[in-house]
Amino acid sequence: MVAAGFRRSSTYRAATLAGIFTNTVFGFILCGVFAAVWAARPDAGGYDATQAITYVWIGQGLLAVVEMFGGGSPDDLAERIRSGAVASDLARPASVLGWYLCLDLGRACFQLLTRAGVPLVIGALVFGLTTPTVTGALLVAVAVPVAVVVSFALRLLPALTAFWLLDTTGPRLLGGVLTIFFSGLTVPLVLLPDGLREVTLLLPWAALLQTPADLWLGRVSGVEAVALLGVAIGWAVVLLGACRLVLAAGERRVVVQGG
Amino acid sequence: MDGLRADVADYRTLAAAWGRAAMSYRASFVMLSLGGLVITALDFVAIAVLLSRATTLGGFGLREIALLYGASGLGIAVADLAVGQVERLGRHIRSGRLDTMLVRPTSLLVQVCTEEFSPRRISRVVQAAVVFGWGCGAVAWTPERVLLAGQMLVSATLLFGALFVGLACLQFWTTDGQQVANAFTYGGNTVTQYPLVIFPREVVLALTFAVPLAFVSWYPSLRLLDRPDPLGLPAALAWCSPVAVVLAVLATVLVWRAGVRRYTSTGS
Repeated sequence: MVAAGFRRSSTYRAATLAGIFTNTVFGFILCGVFAAVWAARPDAGGYDATQAITYVWIGQGLLAVVEMFGGGSPDDLAERIRSGAVASDLARPASVLGWYLCLDLGRACFQLLTRAGVPLVIGALVFGLTTPTVTGALLVAVAVPVAVVVSFALRLLPALTAFWLLDTTGPRLLGGVLTIFFSGLTVPLVLLPDGLREVTLLLPWAALLQTPADLWLGRVSGVEAVALLGVAIGWAVVLLGACRLVLAAGERRVVVQGG
Repeated sequence: MDGLRADVADYRTLAAAWGRAAMSYRASFVMLSLGGLVITALDFVAIAVLLSRATTLGGFGLREIALLYGASGLGIAVADLAVGQVERLGRHIRSGRLDTMLVRPTSLLVQVCTEEFSPRRISRVVQAAVVFGWGCGAVAWTPERVLLAGQMLVSATLLFGALFVGLACLQFWTTDGQQVANAFTYGGNTVTQYPLVIFPREVVLALTFAVPLAFVSWYPSLRLLDRPDPLGLPAALAWCSPVAVVLAVLATVLVWRAGVRRYTSTGS
């Protein structure tokens, strides 16, 4: 199923190229803005200027991998719940949750190679980015798949409201709003005022961008880094569990309606 | 001129019809409008957070940036409300809907822009207007500056409108490239929210002479805020937005006509 998700994403070639172009343009714009901020405050948020620029490119790279603006397999499932086609998903001898998670992981693998890889290389060539230490790289290698799982669950929960609502645009939009801000995409969470910052770093959305970025940039290391990763993994487990409960509740509803 | 008047009347009728349709799903409408308002509000909060660390960006304080942000935001929000639906051109081509539209006795552009018109996009206009209103406090108002501010907002709207339509025309040639258009429209919006002095000189020149987005907010605002041009360009550029508008609209009309001429039905 992972391979199927990968192949499916890879057929949209023009869209991938266009996406890379857009991510790169926004990367350059944000670099201009961040450079000005860090020129005024060279240690803002505990990053130096190079780390801040690197953060921009990590953000533009992960944006498609964790589908910040929504999309991926949860949207397909929402549509199938609405149309009733979900009945055939439920009849398969495989768990619905696992099936759609694998599809989304495959999609993420493809986006990682293209939508994340290309902008990061361009950013590195133009600006010279901070490279992670070996330990940092290993932690990132764990943090990115965890980010995809957390994002999958965060996209699936609003999509599953399709069992109860006719139109899921509202809940999905709300999910998107929370994701774009609290992942640290619009502004790194480390720049938020004291108090708010500590709270947002512990929320599940931080696992999508702020946590992988901090591990890459080495803002945290040692026990603290492992703890940060632990929080992200904890959220992945809790949210997948929540998805399972909601899905089970929804399944019963499908049976009541007769599919 | 009569043709244009008829187009405006058609636009109103169609937009009103689609608007009523959108309003009939009231809960959905309210949720989407509020969602749109929160998204755009957080957008400005992010800039405020950046400024809380840096205090000024390129010598501009938060209130002055609010003026730039508001002008650019109002421009793109009103343009998006009016013609943003043109983004779906590719979908109409694929589904064959465009053929139906072509045989109707109404302007194709009017039909494409009003298709599924939704008044919920007005929430972005509201947010940008609030930020702009607050940013206006940074200006020492004179009659000349009031006029200039009016010209800036109208030009910003027309420039973004031309950009939306012109870039959507790309879909006559390739139906998958919509994201490229976003780089220019939303990217252009993001760039013009900030004082352009923070970007490299080449970028500012490109935004002046190639894709004239610097006229959306930057040149008029320099004059509104009584600041000299950091690149030493003439102050008269503040009043040149209408020139940029005329050129952009002309280019868009040409591309649109070429696209419609090139269009051959998918046959479905």
